[in-house]
Amino acid sequence: MSNATHCSDRVALDLWHPVAVIEEAAPGLVHATRLLQEQLHYALFADGTAAVWRAEPALRIGDPVEPGMLPPALPVKLAYGYVWTSLGNPPAELFAIPEWEEADRRRLHAATMGVKVSAPRAIENFLDMGHFPYVHTDILGAEPHTEVKEYDVDISVERDEILATRCRFFQPMASTASSGGADVDYIYRVPHPFCSVLYKSSPVDENRLDVIAIFVQPIDEENVRAHMMLCVLDEDNEDKIIKRFQQTIFGQDKPILENQYPKRLPLDPRAETPIRADKSSIAYRRWLRDKGLTYGVIPAAA
Amino acid sequence: MIKLYDYELSGNCYKLRLFMSMLGLEYESVPIDFYPGREHKSDWFLRINPLGQLPVIEDEGLVLRDAQAILVYLAARYDTSRQWYPVDDPRRLGEVSQWLSFADGITATASAARLHDGLFYDRDIEACRTGAHRLFRILDDHLWFGEQEGCDWIVAGDRPTIADIACFPYVILSEEGGISRQDYPAIRRWCDRVKRLPGFIVMSGVFPAGPAKAA
Repeated sequence: MSNATHCSDRVALDLWHPVAVIEEAAPGLVHATRLLQEQLHYALFADGTAAVWRAEPALRIGDPVEPGMLPPALPVKLAYGYVWTSLGNPPAELFAIPEWEEADRRRLHAATMGVKVSAPRAIENFLDMGHFPYVHTDILGAEPHTEVKEYDVDISVERDEILATRCRFFQPMASTASSGGADVDYIYRVPHPFCSVLYKSSPVDENRLDVIAIFVQPIDEENVRAHMMLCVLDEDNEDKIIKRFQQTIFGQDKPILENQYPKRLPLDPRAETPIRADKSSIAYRRWLRDKGLTYGVIPAAA
Repeated sequence: MIKLYDYELSGNCYKLRLFMSMLGLEYESVPIDFYPGREHKSDWFLRINPLGQLPVIEDEGLVLRDAQAILVYLAARYDTSRQWYPVDDPRRLGEVSQWLSFADGITATASAARLHDGLFYDRDIEACRTGAHRLFRILDDHLWFGEQEGCDWIVAGDRPTIADIACFPYVILSEEGGISRQDYPAIRRWCDRVKRLPGFIVMSGVFPAGPAKAA
């Protein structure tokens, strides 16, 4: 593939991107994935380290490798169960999820799924509560409880992230630990253009919040791998039951995401008509516009 | 009670959940971590099904694998109307078997494309899509000619058969494998008719029929 088809968006190149699930990659072997239209290879090692590099013919998928015999490596971070890398100059730190360190939480990789959509469309859908009763019927919403009540959205300049608070929605079955319908509190963070972290009331501890994150790996401008991470309070259900719940939800979103038109997110304020419930989406689009992101979006007319 | 070894996002598991709902049968779902856990390839599951595939049911001591075989069993064992699997009508019974085989072809093409795109299975995606379009063209023609005779279902007759149930899931999920149904209007009308059958249920990725259009 020629360089002309590669990503030239500086903002996207300089981000950390999730590219692999740590627990799924057999150590010591070459694995492959795609990021921003580039073919990448990676390996995890028995000592808990990882390496990511641009694919080259000398090393093929499945070949055994050792840390000392690798091509020039890309930046690497291991965080939240995933291998992260960057094709540019990434910031020193990845965004923080302090709850990840809490010992009594279940930390699960629910699934990685391929979706024919742009990364920003996937994040915007994750932020939307209005679709709950219609797409996640009898789980995350139900008629007649369709109203998205007033909530607050702030763009934190200091932390460079979007925060939507005071979100509240009636959910028939908010999680695997639910015993019935309840008004559920939500907080959304968007600490990265292609990642979002959701906090919602825990059915087992009214003072704490479950954490559900979506980390989107852009394959190209209109195709992604969506990694779903859970960090929840649930002492009763097996891992696979908690994963099934999240996969069921995501499986319901998938056809909605794949039928979005246009697939890239329009950043022009006049491109699509928002309603009050879309406050977080408006802030997200503005935030991307201010960053100058061009990858997976339709930039606003100058 | 019937036990179904089940994965929510599997179309072949869904066809059994759907059919048992239509028959009004109660069952216990045993969740299998098909993805990403590959539990269907685990030692304990291979003792239940050495092929390492879902779905499997257990009923009254019988362990049965293969979605189409299970549809045959459920219909023959529990359908008191004897319509879903018309054992008393050799011609229609032969046609049902023919389309159950066809459903396996849809699994090998349209379902394989969906596994490739959604769950990163290593498949020849273009071959899968081309194969699915070939089958969809055959099914669309067949349904269209049936409609001209006043027939709503894959196998001619007043009532649907398990052939309809066997073919439906991976047709309705085809777009997840990049296979559009735009060029198959008779298939689209048939999908809506299936969705309006009593006892119809959805799975993730399948939506209920909209309100019926006024005539």
